[in-house]
Amino acid sequence: MRVSFKWLQEYVDIPISPAELADRLTMAGLAVEGLEEPGKEISNVVTGRIVKIEPHPNADKLVICLVATGEPELRQIVTGATNVREGHVVPVALEGARLAGGLVIKRAKLRGVESRGMLCSGQELGLDPKTMPADQAHGIMILPADTPLGLDIRSVLGLDDVIFELDLTPNRGDCLSMIGVAREVAALLGQSLRFPRLEVQEMPGSSLEGRVRVDILEPELCRRYVARLFTNVRVGPSPLWMQERLRAAGIRPISNVVDITNYVMLELGQPLHAFDYDRLKDGHIIVRRAHPGEVIVSLDGVERHLEPEMLVIADPGGAVAVAGIMGGLDTEVTENTTTVLLESAYFHPTSIRRTSRALGLRSESSTRFEKGIDLEGCLAAANRAASLLVEIGAGEVVAGAVDNYPSPVARKPIILRPERVGYILGADIPREETVNLLARLGFTVQDAGQDLLVNVPSYRVDINLEIDLIEEVARLYGYDRVPATLPFGVTTRGARTREQSLLKRLKEVLVECGLTEVVTYSFVNPAVFDRFKVPQDSPLRHTLKLQNPLSVEQSVMRTMLLPGLLEVLERNFNRRVTSGAIFEVGRVFLPQGGEALPEERPMLAAAAMGQGAAGWNRSATPLDFYYLKGVLEVLAAKLGLPGLTFEREKENSAFHPGRAARIKAQGETLGIVGELHPDVLEEYELEVRVCAFEVDLAALFALAGKPSQYRPLPRFPGVKRDIALVVSREVPAADVLRVIRRAGGHLLRSVELFDVYEGEQVREGCRSLAFSLLFQADDRTLTDAEVTAQTEAISAALVREVGAELRK
Amino acid sequence: MEEQLHKMAAEAKEALARADSLEALEEIRIRYLGKKGELTRVLRGMNALPAGERPRIGQLANSIREVLEKELAERTAEVKARFKQARLAAESIDITLPGTPFLPGKKHPLTTVQEEIEEIFLGLGFSIAEGPEVELDYYNFEALNLPKDHPARDMQDSFFIGPEVLLRTHTSPVQVRTMERTAPAVPVKVIAPGKVYRRDDDATHSPMFHQVEGLAVDRRITFGDLKGVLDVFAREMFGESTRTRFRPSYFPFTEPSAEVDISCVMCGGKGCRVCSHTGWLEILGCGMVHPRVLEMSGYNSAEVTGFAFGMGIERIAMLKYGIDDLRLFFDNDLRFLAQF
Repeated sequence: MRVSFKWLQEYVDIPISPAELADRLTMAGLAVEGLEEPGKEISNVVTGRIVKIEPHPNADKLVICLVATGEPELRQIVTGATNVREGHVVPVALEGARLAGGLVIKRAKLRGVESRGMLCSGQELGLDPKTMPADQAHGIMILPADTPLGLDIRSVLGLDDVIFELDLTPNRGDCLSMIGVAREVAALLGQSLRFPRLEVQEMPGSSLEGRVRVDILEPELCRRYVARLFTNVRVGPSPLWMQERLRAAGIRPISNVVDITNYVMLELGQPLHAFDYDRLKDGHIIVRRAHPGEVIVSLDGVERHLEPEMLVIADPGGAVAVAGIMGGLDTEVTENTTTVLLESAYFHPTSIRRTSRALGLRSESSTRFEKGIDLEGCLAAANRAASLLVEIGAGEVVAGAVDNYPSPVARKPIILRPERVGYILGADIPREETVNLLARLGFTVQDAGQDLLVNVPSYRVDINLEIDLIEEVARLYGYDRVPATLPFGVTTRGARTREQSLLKRLKEVLVECGLTEVVTYSFVNPAVFDRFKVPQDSPLRHTLKLQNPLSVEQSVMRTMLLPGLLEVLERNFNRRVTSGAIFEVGRVFLPQGGEALPEERPMLAAAAMGQGAAGWNRSATPLDFYYLKGVLEVLAAKLGLPGLTFEREKENSAFHPGRAARIKAQGETLGIVGELHPDVLEEYELEVRVCAFEVDLAALFALAGKPSQYRPLPRFPGVKRDIALVVSREVPAADVLRVIRRAGGHLLRSVELFDVYEGEQVREGCRSLAFSLLFQADDRTLTDAEVTAQTEAISAALVREVGAELRK
Repeated sequence: MEEQLHKMAAEAKEALARADSLEALEEIRIRYLGKKGELTRVLRGMNALPAGERPRIGQLANSIREVLEKELAERTAEVKARFKQARLAAESIDITLPGTPFLPGKKHPLTTVQEEIEEIFLGLGFSIAEGPEVELDYYNFEALNLPKDHPARDMQDSFFIGPEVLLRTHTSPVQVRTMERTAPAVPVKVIAPGKVYRRDDDATHSPMFHQVEGLAVDRRITFGDLKGVLDVFAREMFGESTRTRFRPSYFPFTEPSAEVDISCVMCGGKGCRVCSHTGWLEILGCGMVHPRVLEMSGYNSAEVTGFAFGMGIERIAMLKYGIDDLRLFFDNDLRFLAQF
């Protein structure tokens, strides 16, 4: 809502500056988003009449104007404008004038002819072309012929004003009007409100009888319909002061009749509509639902297909307006209109809202009806329009009005317990102050014993409960005056749950391991399943679909995290960031048959490509399968998981069949880790190997948190022995380890694989594995003989069980 | 003999003075003081001396030995020190070469900020609640005093899954679920961080973003308490000197409602580009829980009151780190993420 400071002062005295007022309004809940001073940049522009237009001797597209600007001499100005005629009064920028955008006008010669100024368009004066008459939007602005000459254009056009840009909350529909804002200002500043003139000078001897009839067939949707009739209407431009105010509010002046309806809407908040009476059949207005298949061409020339739940204004011949939203083209007021039927009605907010949404059509009118207008204000608004019509001499008003108001409802007063105000706010506001603050807002307050009985004015449709009144009191009292305290009462323990703590720890561990966290959208493109080579029959393809996605790329809820991570790597790779390790923690959404809501399963996924940090003194760690496996092992250790085991996974089509494993702990599968299948990488145009894992967090957390148990430190020295063996490549290292552990017995404290070698020195199809063994006893220093015996037992087992050949 | 001793001592001293390595010193020691050294050799000739001379010569020899040993020790220490100095000098490294690199993992800035917010409220006795991201219309709107066709639903354009199911547009449904679970018991003090979704995508809106909801319900919670708690939050999050400003606003689920501004983190309130020269930055919405919301969730609004607030984590993170483009959070450029 745009509010002119000048206009506002018509209804209330404002003894403070616009900036101060803006601050007061903001702090009272009417947020002022900005202050605009339209004439700030303009100087030395005056009104002038074009006395004579002569052709330019040296240019076809230019003319020479002699302009009277109230100075002793006429001014010679060369212009290229085509819409000016002799006798037009126009804005004239004198030498030295400043225009919008900082343009300075100087004396100049145009094709050899001196020009002492410039004729101005509305845009050059900072006016929005949208608020200009269509024929002047891009040409010179033409002012009414009776405009005095030599006046400062800022006062003529009302540019010496400050426009408040209000960002209203949806509950304050009443402030979508000058009078509504003025009421707030009056309440804030303790000033009184001046209501505009409503007395109508009706045409003597005239009568509405038999000329206008209004039938409301849907009294639920149209609770009131007021009609007035204007005759001898002379459609033409409205006076400058009215145009100026409409423009200040951002509305384009159209014609006197239409401008009056818009003016009253801006002033009182009541949308009005003017019908060309002669085009209405029998002067008979019927408020009804649209017939199935009914069509209307609205004012904007668009054919609208109506549905039976939409409310229309009709005459016996058919719909003439979409109620409260937009009039029909057929009954539009044109320059030939001589008789006007004015509508001032109350339509149900929900009905308007639904229709407006269904038609994709919003208007100044629908915006106001949707929020709920003043049911008691319909007649006053019609009268205000009638009064203005006479005032500007645009026509005459037929005596009487139709006021079809089937069931007026008196609003019940609201009980306010004054102590409740303090109870909610935590501020000590005396009863008298509460009464006083409410009274300033135009509420009438009566004592009812301990309590107060508050009558709320009809325009405040947002006030229905005691708490609404408390908010009004608080708002006017000032939130800043409420002292800040801290809640007392039972002390509560602020702590993370076990899972929340584990999650925080998990992220820390992953970061310590060198992974960077990413956050991707929860909705994905259904094509990800093909890109990620998910089998056609996989339950992962069973997704939750958005009914109204922004695009197909964001149209289904993800059932796995990895495709999102691949997209992140893809994007980085395309930007020449070719190494990186990332992870994401987030939910996947799995539809559950028979349930309204899906299962939201928290998952962890990671992906890595390229190499880790390398420097001048250190070669880079490849971010490969073993890196991620190591990360998982660290994670398990740090989160207190029992040891992880890895089982070869050949079936998952997204992964390299020889480089993937199921991650298991205590027999339960937690997820998968592996290098992605080249087919998948090709889909993402990743020209590097990418490894990844995805883990079910609930399963992981269920096993986590095994408490650490102290074991005494060894008191006797251990003995280290290394063994190296050659085995077939087909024998997994884990099998070799198992054999060593079993054969090593209780004296074998630890086994570490420290070298793996395949190559020239080793037989084809075999590899060499080297282990470091530590033997130790709790109660004595081991003898060489004991250790040797143990080592030999291990060697023998290796030869026997995995066909190893020991290297000496 | 005496002369011999003096001569030898002089020679030895001179040799010691000249020696500049541990090896040379060792040689001198062996030559003069060793078992087969000069001193021993001279002393061996003592037998030839008259008995009366012997004690005096013996004393002299011992004092020469002491002197030489002392000098040798001193010289050895000197030489060692010089060698250490030389080694240290030779071992000087270029301390401007970069340190050994580690793979720099980082938490997402939104996580860091979320955890920071969590810590502040955990310290104030709040616990952390969670709720579904795919939510029933009832919890997302209805139970928050936003019946169907409420104009305020326009403020939150939703992604629908079905007629009654949608992606939650705010974390407020967690309020309702928490109250339903707890009612009629008090107190309730929770925050609820999480993802939310709105059908908006432009330079300043992301279809998915993050919020933190806060809720306190007890026998006597006041608007003043809300102010106090959020004051603490603002100061802990943005620094001790941060001031807050509560402006009346409107949310269907709170009343009275407020928007909270903090003094601009860039200019401290003097006015700059970041705060559009107002000195203030809007950071969250809040208010007293609407009695209808309390009632619908199972509380008697005559007996308990509560406050609630909600803030965008992206907004806080942008202010904290000076990030000017919301989309960077979801673009996940590793060069961006490495900065936090």
